Amino acid sequence: MAAVTPLLLLLLLSSAPSFSSESRNAYNINGRVKIPQGLGTKGYALPGRMSNVKVLLNGGQNITFLRPDGYFSFHNIPAGTHLIEVSAIGYFFSPVRVDVSARNPGKVQAALTENRKGLSELVLEPLREEQYYEIREPFSIMSLLKSPMGLMVGFMLAVAFLMPKLVENMDPEEMRRAQEEMRSQGVPSLSSLLPGGAMN
Amino acid sequence: MAIMSFIFVFFFFSSLQPILSLYEDQVGLMDWHQQYIGKVKQAVFHTHKTGRKRVVASTEQNIIATLDLRSGEIFWRHVLGPNDVVDGIDIALGKYVITLSSGGSILRAWNLPDGQMVWESSLHGPKHSKSLLLTTNLIIEKDNSLIVFSNGRLNAVSCIDGEVLWKKDFEEESLEVQQVIQPPGSDFIYVVGFAASSQFETYKINAKNGELLKHESTAFSGRFSGEVSLVSSETVAALDSTGSILLTISFHNGKISSQQTPVSNLLEDSLGLAVIIHSSVTGIFAIKTDAATIFIRVIGEGKLEVVEKTNHETVVSDALTISEGQQAFALVQHAGSNIHLTVKPAHDWDSNLLKESIKMDQQRGFVHKVFINNYIRTDRSHGFRALIVMEDHSLLLLQQGAIVWSREDGLASIIDVTTSELPVEKAGVSVAKVELNLFEWLKGHVLKLKGTLMLATPEDIAAIQYMRLKSSEKSKMTRDHNGFRKLLIALTRAGKLFALHTGDGRIVWSHLLQSLHKSESCRQPIGLNLHQWQVPHHHALDENPSVLVVGRCGPSSDALGVLSLVDSYTGKEFSSLRLVHSVAQVIPLPYTDSTEQRLHLLIDADKHAHLYPKTPEAIDIFQSEFSNVYWYSVDDDNGIIKGYALKTKCSGNVADEFCFDSRELWSIVLPSESEKIITTATRKLNEAVHTQAKLIADQDVMYKYISSNLLFVATVAPKASGEIGSVTPEESWLVVYLIDTVTGRVLHRMTHHGSQGPVQAVLSENWVVYHYFNLRAHRYEMSVIEIYDQSRADNKDVWKLVVGNHNLTSPVSSYSRAEVITKSQSYFFTHSLKAIAVTLTVKGITSKQLLIGTIGDQVLALDKRFLDPRRSVNPTQAEREEGIIPLTDSLPIIPQSYITHSLRVEGLQSIITVAAKLESTTLVFAHGLDLFFTHYAPSRTYDSLTEDFSYALLLITIVALVAAIFVTWILSQRKELQDRWR
Repeated sequence: MAAVTPLLLLLLLSSAPSFSSESRNAYNINGRVKIPQGLGTKGYALPGRMSNVKVLLNGGQNITFLRPDGYFSFHNIPAGTHLIEVSAIGYFFSPVRVDVSARNPGKVQAALTENRKGLSELVLEPLREEQYYEIREPFSIMSLLKSPMGLMVGFMLAVAFLMPKLVENMDPEEMRRAQEEMRSQGVPSLSSLLPGGAMN
Repeated sequence: MAIMSFIFVFFFFSSLQPILSLYEDQVGLMDWHQQYIGKVKQAVFHTHKTGRKRVVASTEQNIIATLDLRSGEIFWRHVLGPNDVVDGIDIALGKYVITLSSGGSILRAWNLPDGQMVWESSLHGPKHSKSLLLTTNLIIEKDNSLIVFSNGRLNAVSCIDGEVLWKKDFEEESLEVQQVIQPPGSDFIYVVGFAASSQFETYKINAKNGELLKHESTAFSGRFSGEVSLVSSETVAALDSTGSILLTISFHNGKISSQQTPVSNLLEDSLGLAVIIHSSVTGIFAIKTDAATIFIRVIGEGKLEVVEKTNHETVVSDALTISEGQQAFALVQHAGSNIHLTVKPAHDWDSNLLKESIKMDQQRGFVHKVFINNYIRTDRSHGFRALIVMEDHSLLLLQQGAIVWSREDGLASIIDVTTSELPVEKAGVSVAKVELNLFEWLKGHVLKLKGTLMLATPEDIAAIQYMRLKSSEKSKMTRDHNGFRKLLIALTRAGKLFALHTGDGRIVWSHLLQSLHKSESCRQPIGLNLHQWQVPHHHALDENPSVLVVGRCGPSSDALGVLSLVDSYTGKEFSSLRLVHSVAQVIPLPYTDSTEQRLHLLIDADKHAHLYPKTPEAIDIFQSEFSNVYWYSVDDDNGIIKGYALKTKCSGNVADEFCFDSRELWSIVLPSESEKIITTATRKLNEAVHTQAKLIADQDVMYKYISSNLLFVATVAPKASGEIGSVTPEESWLVVYLIDTVTGRVLHRMTHHGSQGPVQAVLSENWVVYHYFNLRAHRYEMSVIEIYDQSRADNKDVWKLVVGNHNLTSPVSSYSRAEVITKSQSYFFTHSLKAIAVTLTVKGITSKQLLIGTIGDQVLALDKRFLDPRRSVNPTQAEREEGIIPLTDSLPIIPQSYITHSLRVEGLQSIITVAAKLESTTLVFAHGLDLFFTHYAPSRTYDSLTEDFSYALLLITIVALVAAIFVTWILSQRKELQDRWR
């Protein structure tokens, strides 16, 4: 609901200067934070609700908050170059370099410092969404098998069931020879290792 | 936890997936987060409507918050900027919270249910003045309006959109406006004030359009002092500056008539230094002197009468309108361990609407403020609830003679933190309330297994989560194997010491320190820092550990010091002393006496050193190390860094053998016209370094220059010490120094042109990382300097080692002038910083990570490998194997490595790292307004199984293996039998 009206407002206001002079050497910086509706739906800030977003000037020297439509303003700012940062849980915003010119106070000079992209008007959008948690993989047989326990069981099964198959495919003559060899060398078979196997 | 045989397998497999961070369901397992608001300055109740009852509060920490009146929980909270001090709050239209802040120049409206800012308007005026906020139910042009007086201008502001409806300037230079009054039901406003401190002025203003209706003034022979108290809507009471004459001034219909009453007529003794308490109770005002509080009633035309004089600590609330034309107010008085809450109607002093006596914890100190609110009981009589703010900044709600809830908001202003071990678990002493039996243990693990296999129902999941969070293991009051359970001891600005359990963050004990209590001899006590006084481990195990609290009696550095010794297990203050000297620096020495008391050297403002504890044994130990004690001082204002050593016993007073004179060894004087010291950093005293050698690619070795006497100093151009944007890149620079504090030798100096502060720095092992602002790129940067010992580099020669011609065994000493080389590199970093720290592990083997407190009040972990001066764009194969990351111009911000995950540590001030006994793990405590604690393993927990390790899965695997063995055994036997029959 709150998102429809701001868009209209934006069209109306975009021609108005973002920087309006207040007195001789103090200016106002007006801008807007826009969080696209597509993001936000699975993020932490509910769509349209921006009460936990803060806008900070020059590393926290001034702090301001957003109106329901996303607009913010800093009052009484001296001319010069400033840095605006947006703190919003769940979103990554690039800091913005803002030049407040004393000579022609309607001039917009803003650029994202992360990618040096110039802004024609002070509309700040998140560069990306931030996901603070690892996503739990949904349960799958593969993940169970890939776990150390799964690998151990898998190896055991392979030894228990595939090895005899390999043995079967061997030539019976060769097999007998091999077995005899083993017996003569006294290599214990699996059955003789176990308590019951020792009887024979 | 100690199934070591599986660790290697487990570690190997888990290292395949690069998980450093948390799953969402692991929140709260190892971390806890507490939110506070600080010391409440003003509170407004919102209880009229049906629905949730709230209280809106503004605090001294510039917070505006709404709390649930039933539980004291925070509904929402906003932290305003450091200069955005809240002047007044109120509720308008029943749905907006109005705040006036920044010296009356910013007026904001917040939506009461959810804290969304509705509008903001900026109010300016011709001059600086007192700021007053008045909500009215005046309707101007269909809008409900607010009346705001600030910066010498009276504004009427619409409640709906914050638009200024009209304004009126009061430009007269000497006018000090004291009150803005709207008599109920009228449509005009009185603005009353003093001009040139001796003239009383009233302005009657049309509230509809701001037109001046009438202006009157009257001269008074003396001078007014301080505030005025409103006695009725057209009468004020004031006190003259000598404290001997009371004035009641009425300005009915704009006509001023004043009445002077000498105080001697009312009281036997004179008042001395007195102030009128700002209150709004009709017909009564109060005067507070050093010793007493005096309540005076105004009867008719300026006749005064003393109704009560109390010698106790007394606090009065503002008036509350309870019904048509009836006002009530609350009084809180102390009597022993109880407090008496009295609610009186304004017109009749002798009757009480309510009188309750409530037992109060002595550790909360005196009541500082009281706010009252009423409700209608079922029998239609008035009931009252009172919100009280205590000396320790805690907030309590009293109702029906009991404390409904309390909030420990003193924890919002922590000055210093230290840790203490918990008692060792003894055989006879059962500490855990309920030990789990085997069946429950198994049931828990079966549930956990169900969770891992995604077979759990929602109830099961809830049960698992509850089980994990409420694990009795982590909140036991004894020491554990891994060293995770400790006490965090925090000193707050109110002079209270808190012990928090690291397991769940609960307060184990709290103690209001006697030494930091306001008294005749110590008027403005402030706490400075905490030190571990006694850490028994070998031969004094039966003693409890204790902490040393250092404070001083005033803000200046030459104020006298105070010391307290507090038992860490019980919170008892077993010793407290007032010093005869000041405390400029506290140096914990690396020596302990036979009872494991650590020796401390306190340096006073005159550079004398005082040894504590004052025992003959301490002096014996100290004498032998006398020549090895060095310290330094940094004088920020004059840009001088000086090094000192001890000389002789104090020459002045012979009796004090624990006092020593110092001599200056060296000094570094920075040119004040070009450099101003803004930051210094040193190594943590308890940091362990595993090895001095660093193996680099192609089997080469570099030796780290490791000295505990390393000091990092950052200076900026004096012009650039202000905020960002105030200077051009050409006239600003940042110079960093690495200084040896024993010899004063500058090991390294580097200039960053076009950069400026603020600088945040952390020094560890042989490196320093610092954060600053680059004006040319207009981005923040982080730089690293690593320092290596070149004089040991020759030891690579095998022959020298064989012949014995090496210096490997020579001690690292500041006396020898080691040849050092430094390497440095800089990177861009996106955010501003509030704090920076480095992980600390018990042996220093685990690789380090930086913990960065960003401007958004989050704590980001950043691998030190990203800040390695040996990074290059194209690392060679050998370098890649060593773990060198290809060079990028900016440092990455990986959202999963925020250790605070989706939480904010509002108003973050500092990050404290403590080593656990487990080598892989650091305990991290971040504090500001909020507290946050977590365990952090920079290289994952390679030395123990993680919390979510599934024992049940292990058990099933073993069962499956045994079953498989039996199956194969039977199969093989059968086969053998068949073979024989053949």
